Amino acid sequence: MNAIVDKPTINTSQLIHEILVRHADLPGSLLPILHAIQDALGFIPSDSVGDISLALNISRAEVHGVITYYHHFRTDKPGRNIVQICRAEACQSMGSEQLFAHAEKHLGCKTHQTTADGFATLEAAYCLGLCASSPAISINDEVHARVTPEIFDALIAEIREKA
Amino acid sequence: MITTIYVPRDSAALAVGANRIATAIEQYAKQQNIEVRIVRNSSRGMFWLEPLVEVSTCEGRVAFGPVTHDDVASIFKQGLGLATEHPLYLGLTENIPYLKNQERLTFARMGITDPLSLTDYEEYEGFSGLRRALSMESSAIIQEVLDSGLRGRGGAAFPAGIKWKTVAATPAAQRYIVCNADEGDSGTFSDRMTMEGDPFMLIEGMTIAGIASGATIGYIYVRSEYPHAIEVLNQAVQIAEAAGYLGKNLLGSDKSFHLIVRKAAGSYVCGEETALLESLEGKRGIVRAKPPLPAIEGLFGLPTVVNNVITLATVPVILARGAAFYKNYGVGRSTGTLPFQLAGNIKHGGLVEKAFGLTLRELIFDFGGGSASGRPIKAIQSGGPLGTYIPEAQWDLPLDYETYIGLGGTLGHGGMVVHDDSANMAKLARYAMEFCALESCGKCTPCRIGSTRGTEVIDKIVSNQNREQHVVLLKDLCNTMTYGSLCAMGGMTPNPVMSALNHFPEDFGLTTSSSTQ
Repeated sequence: MNAIVDKPTINTSQLIHEILVRHADLPGSLLPILHAIQDALGFIPSDSVGDISLALNISRAEVHGVITYYHHFRTDKPGRNIVQICRAEACQSMGSEQLFAHAEKHLGCKTHQTTADGFATLEAAYCLGLCASSPAISINDEVHARVTPEIFDALIAEIREKA
Repeated sequence: MITTIYVPRDSAALAVGANRIATAIEQYAKQQNIEVRIVRNSSRGMFWLEPLVEVSTCEGRVAFGPVTHDDVASIFKQGLGLATEHPLYLGLTENIPYLKNQERLTFARMGITDPLSLTDYEEYEGFSGLRRALSMESSAIIQEVLDSGLRGRGGAAFPAGIKWKTVAATPAAQRYIVCNADEGDSGTFSDRMTMEGDPFMLIEGMTIAGIASGATIGYIYVRSEYPHAIEVLNQAVQIAEAAGYLGKNLLGSDKSFHLIVRKAAGSYVCGEETALLESLEGKRGIVRAKPPLPAIEGLFGLPTVVNNVITLATVPVILARGAAFYKNYGVGRSTGTLPFQLAGNIKHGGLVEKAFGLTLRELIFDFGGGSASGRPIKAIQSGGPLGTYIPEAQWDLPLDYETYIGLGGTLGHGGMVVHDDSANMAKLARYAMEFCALESCGKCTPCRIGSTRGTEVIDKIVSNQNREQHVVLLKDLCNTMTYGSLCAMGGMTPNPVMSALNHFPEDFGLTTSSSTQ
């Protein structure tokens, strides 16, 4: 997945409508619909809740409940890059807490916040499945293992350059 | 002559630059006019050696690792497979002790084949289990799985065949096979390796489960943290469908099985089977009360087999080689093998498939080589965030389900997370409660509220506010959570907390005597 870019030409309600039509016959379709919206927009706009609830014939409360229950779904526009650092036990045993502190300092934002310039959103992950190569991080769904503060800075510099 | 070079495509290899190595090899070969064929294979599971590059020779595949961008030219200059003097040369891959001393039944193809090559899969016994199953009565397939003694590899260790039998015996217009691929436990990655590295094995296992229990639709519920696994699975399903291994009239028979890959959304508790079913139905992942069992009223209220990835992935070898072959491995009621995962602060982290019955010490030292930091190992957490911290005194016990249940712990999914002596066990105990508070579905009070109270009580113990009384309170709270929670989330969070407190009281500011029961 590439970094999330602004797509001003996309008509959000049109896009959501298309996604709803595409998933019309799918049993248990709410999660696939929410994934499709987030994959396209980077988050799930709160004004899409009404359309989804109408299409699935469920209440707005149910849709809102699902969106807010799952950690993966965002209701706010994230930064252009999503940086996730694993803080589960295996990564903790190899210094992920220190890496986290370093990342907050280096990026200049706290966990679950976006940098002031919109460059990146920093998130905690609870296991990326790279527990034998800790600490592990993910940047825009690309994984990196055995990450030291130096490697972290180099990875960030690399995406800054690309932008 | 074309030389075949293998560069793994497993996430753990990609995460340390395998793609860059593959590109460098391609470019260098082109420059030098050397004909090479690059295969993006699965990983052997020796992650400290990744990126592990293998070169085919007439004696077999030889390995180099961990290869950096700068090593590529020097390996070529010394003649690829002939570069026996190269500092990264590891000899014949098969002879590396870490691999040679394993008993790979489920992971037999891992690291050897191209995950998306049907030819590779078939060459290494792939689909022979399915072919045999198609020639059998469904009750005979179930009997074979029962006879093998295969138990749920997700952690609960419930006999797989019994679930299948219940689903088959429940009258319904539609039955389902659901694969629990929500591998959220820290220290585990065998599901991920299977999905990324040998997806046809999982597809074959699910198809056999479908034929045996009369289910024609299967779902794989994969965590959103595994984008590579989702991509590989989707491709594998398409390839299998096109070749007649999935869909209508499997291999020309009258049986059908359709498979759908679903992406989860980052909720740990959705690894609990009933919460997973709720999530698949498009709801919040809230745990259901049991009964009714999912085998009777599961997905969309219909009979459903819910099995872990490794459980289903082990079915093909059982069908191909027979229950007796599989049962021959293991000890007592823990038959067969478990793909153990060595993780955390460990020198040689990776996947070790062995028959049940070896000891933690053998696993961590003979295979794992001790801690990565070189410091003494303090505790090993077995079975994910809900598993106990095992102190050295217990490292010589056999690794089997019953022994670990006897310890008040769990083997779980076979993940072992190593902590060296710099670990603060009170901090890890607090983290266990914090994680439970974060991930609790909120349905039952002991889990929802107990976890938050737990972090507060541990803070008070550590900061010495009425320490002795708060230790009593913590024990009481853990007892309530253990016996009063609806599922394993709240019910087993006390495992890491109490084992940390009991075995490492000094980290909580206690003297050894004051912590004993």
